[in-house]
Amino acid sequence: MAHYELTMPVSETQARALRVNDTVTLQTTLYGIRDASYIALFDKGRHTRFDLNGHAVIHTAPNVKKVPVSAEHPAGYAPVCIGTTTSDRMERFTRALMTQTGVRFIVGKGGMREGSLAAFGEIGGAYLAIIGGTAALETTWVEQIEDVDLDDLNPESLWKFRIRNFGPLLVAMDSHGGSLYTEVNAKVATNRAAALARLGLTV
Amino acid sequence: MNLDLQQVEDAAKALYIRALKVLPPDVKSGFAALQKTETDRTAQSILGTMVTNIKVAEDTDNLLCQDTGLPIYNVTVGRNVSFDGSALKAALVRGCTRATREHPLRSSVVHPLTRKNEHTSCGPGIPVIHFDFVDTPDVVDIEMIPKGSGSENNSFLRMAIPAEGQAAIKQFVIDCVIAAGGKTCPPTIVGVGVGGTSDLCIHLAKKAATRPLGSVCADAAGAALERELSEAVNLLGIGPQGLGGDSTAFAVHIEIAATHITMNPVAVNMQCHSARRARATLTPTGITYGF
Repeated sequence: MAHYELTMPVSETQARALRVNDTVTLQTTLYGIRDASYIALFDKGRHTRFDLNGHAVIHTAPNVKKVPVSAEHPAGYAPVCIGTTTSDRMERFTRALMTQTGVRFIVGKGGMREGSLAAFGEIGGAYLAIIGGTAALETTWVEQIEDVDLDDLNPESLWKFRIRNFGPLLVAMDSHGGSLYTEVNAKVATNRAAALARLGLTV
Repeated sequence: MNLDLQQVEDAAKALYIRALKVLPPDVKSGFAALQKTETDRTAQSILGTMVTNIKVAEDTDNLLCQDTGLPIYNVTVGRNVSFDGSALKAALVRGCTRATREHPLRSSVVHPLTRKNEHTSCGPGIPVIHFDFVDTPDVVDIEMIPKGSGSENNSFLRMAIPAEGQAAIKQFVIDCVIAAGGKTCPPTIVGVGVGGTSDLCIHLAKKAATRPLGSVCADAAGAALERELSEAVNLLGIGPQGLGGDSTAFAVHIEIAATHITMNPVAVNMQCHSARRARATLTPTGITYGF
């Protein structure tokens, strides 16, 4: 269980070094993506001017305040509250995200499924679990909204955040077939019988 | 008592913001209880971060979670209160809109077909507004619940039949909690509706999921089932965030209604660990805020 400080973007080798139960703290840059921006990029064929190669994305749509463009707020947005949404809804986009844009890490909550795990293995990436519902804390790790693209989708725009000490995040799915969610699911399937027995039910 | 609709509008705004920032004391106590019993190290660490987040939100006057949810206003009206009902609904919508624009908050609300976001947290049928009436004179109570989508997306209904008995209810609840896994942001409050029509059954589940922790089902049979299920779900090992551990749910809550001789409906609706709610009580002497 190692801890990694990673300045983004990272190489395939750096991504493949991560193993489940390791922890990671990200530095410099993190991109925000979610339902509408995924649909725009991978179902509707829209393009982004951002270079996501080797970067991490977080499943988010932040609370922001529109402000005049300045050195402090180059995109014209001040962060209000930035947190994380459930990743499972975005499952079918992982492979396209990695092959078409070069993204290496997904920061999310609740985990992803077999298709994503296979993509992490084949292309070299990982799922970094953040604790859902702890957005007030996460917001303190975001220094600035540096840029925004596809902003007609606001709040589900493609966001570029400048981050500092973003983490620790838990490596919950790695490029070696490891997934804490698969492990937990197997245990839960076994525990189901015990829970039903406690309720006086036979299975 | 003549209800002051400007006061209602201001309260509707204040309640939305307050609910998003300050977690009720019963939920904080719920965390403390889980921290005492949790045996898994990762789970303990996750619970610790969740508790830290509650403090950071209060210290920085920020939202607990970025999901501003679907806004729900539950209005309970006492006796001898007069108001224009339609204008009251409009006042709640205005307050909800103002909270979104003036704080500002992320509007999480879109048209279901066009997916257009009006950036008001309002739209057709939203905010959800429920009315109830009580005997107490000269009081209007407004409860505001921003219902997060991670938990709301895990809502289930099963129209079981009488021959399946209570066993169907128990198994359904267990299997819904398993199906939800980490997606609902556990530890959760598992709300279970039993009986009624299909729509009432789902409404009861929501009522149960948003009840304060420590409250007990008013029906004795419902309360007994609640205790049994609360213990059973925490044997599953889903744990905080679905990463394993004992703390899958703070509690299972049940609300019941009578049902048809041919029916045995059960519904499940969950509330995430950020179990947010706020309350305003309006009386002739003024307004007080609580949970």
